[in-house]
Amino acid sequence: MGAQMMRGKYVIAGIGNTAFGKLGLDTVTLNVMACKAALEDAGVDKVDVDALLLKTPTSAKEILYGQKVAQAMGMQPRWGGAWDQGGAANLTLINIAMMAIETGQCEIALVSYADNPRSGNRQVYGRPRGNDAAYGWFSTAAGYGMIHRAHVAQYQTDPRAFGEFAIAVRKHGAQNPNAQLQKAISMDDYLASAWVVDPLRRDDCCLVSDGAAAVVVMSAEKARQLQVREPVPILGIGGAQESYDVHLRPCLTTTQAARSAKLAFEMAGVKPADISVAQIYDCFTITGLMTLEDYGFCDKGGVYEFVRDGQIQHGGRLPVNTSGGLLSETGTPGLPLVLEAVRQVRGSANLQVPDVRYSLVSNQGGTMHTHATMILGA
Amino acid sequence: MTTEIAVDVDSINKPYWDGLKQGQLFYQACQCGHHWLPPSRHCPACLNENVTWQQASGEATVVSWVVYHVAYNPEFKDRLPYNVAIVRLREGPQLITNIEGDTQRLAVGETVRLKVDLGLEQPLARFSI
Ligand SMILES: [Zn+2]
Repeated sequence: MGAQMMRGKYVIAGIGNTAFGKLGLDTVTLNVMACKAALEDAGVDKVDVDALLLKTPTSAKEILYGQKVAQAMGMQPRWGGAWDQGGAANLTLINIAMMAIETGQCEIALVSYADNPRSGNRQVYGRPRGNDAAYGWFSTAAGYGMIHRAHVAQYQTDPRAFGEFAIAVRKHGAQNPNAQLQKAISMDDYLASAWVVDPLRRDDCCLVSDGAAAVVVMSAEKARQLQVREPVPILGIGGAQESYDVHLRPCLTTTQAARSAKLAFEMAGVKPADISVAQIYDCFTITGLMTLEDYGFCDKGGVYEFVRDGQIQHGGRLPVNTSGGLLSETGTPGLPLVLEAVRQVRGSANLQVPDVRYSLVSNQGGTMHTHATMILGA
Repeated sequence: MTTEIAVDVDSINKPYWDGLKQGQLFYQACQCGHHWLPPSRHCPACLNENVTWQQASGEATVVSWVVYHVAYNPEFKDRLPYNVAIVRLREGPQLITNIEGDTQRLAVGETVRLKVDLGLEQPLARFSI
């Protein structure tokens, strides 16, 4: 199998990010800030970067966006462009970078994402859904609400399962000085939280944030040549997608996360029980819970037993979203989770998990339309 | 319930919207056996262009639903809280709709019946519990 041969052959050589919150800066500037920080962390000069891969800003898509960022970086990378796949695009671009390096198309890739919906335009999250807007079908949240309801109906999922997820992530975010929302909540707070789109409460929903994050990808061999200080090996990576809109899916309670994870776990040669710490994409609490199930950390419908009593909090069985995830650190999708997964392997996380051997991260996009999984390790 | 969100009628979906003006819900069918909505030029299963229209019986089951407590569009401000549901027609296609009637009884798997809202300039395919 080709995938297994890639195990450990590529590394995240550097990471960088901006502050998160309301920044009042354009997305090109934010990308440059994150890329500069990532290059400094890797100890790499921009002239040596020959691929600049970006996720399109969710809130305002632009033509030739990748080239705009390259221009602002003063770079002429051989490879460059902007990928549109929702939040899964970040890990997909790391995957593409690995494949491009493997085939000799480039040697050092920057993968970056920035958006500014908090100070800019956040209408994308409340947008009408084609002709179905006539029925009042608007927003990103509502699609997740449909999935949340279907999960509760099929498995009698305890509302406290969603609460446990939010409580753990918010508790971690409250201890992260760079988190946009540093406010822990209790189960009572969660259950009293106002409806947005029932069954979604305010505390089920991620933040809307300005911010950017970036990573440098290269081969482990190249990292040795360049004497990169703290390269973190990519042991497994995978992706899969549902494609269909929520209302056209034959089943709302399964996602392609399972297929994505299978590839990443097989490539890494590990099982869910081997994972020390996980950054699980949490645009909504249902996303986090279903990802835990679909990754095989527990049975379908068994997620409350898995998360209850603080088991996904720092110090618990599987600490999840140790920097605060999308619910607390930043709504900036995907890459900030990758950065935290890297810090956990390096031993430099704010809420460090001891003896991290395998550090997992999930990304997903749309309304569970797209998914990607990565396993990093020492 | 009224709405002023205009639908985008084109050459492909016109029979669907015209059908609702007659109180009838049509879906698309292909000789490969696939039934679907929303309307498309090709069968999404086999990509055949020989698409036919069939009238739905009007019987459907609830796949899931949500209740909006936030209006993402000013037209819906006065309707809060309002529901939006996914239903599966007995014939297979799934669609977005609103459920009327005794919504306290709303549940996944519940049977609902087509009740085209003819009081609108462009009638909509709502369902009743
Ligand atoms: Zn067909």
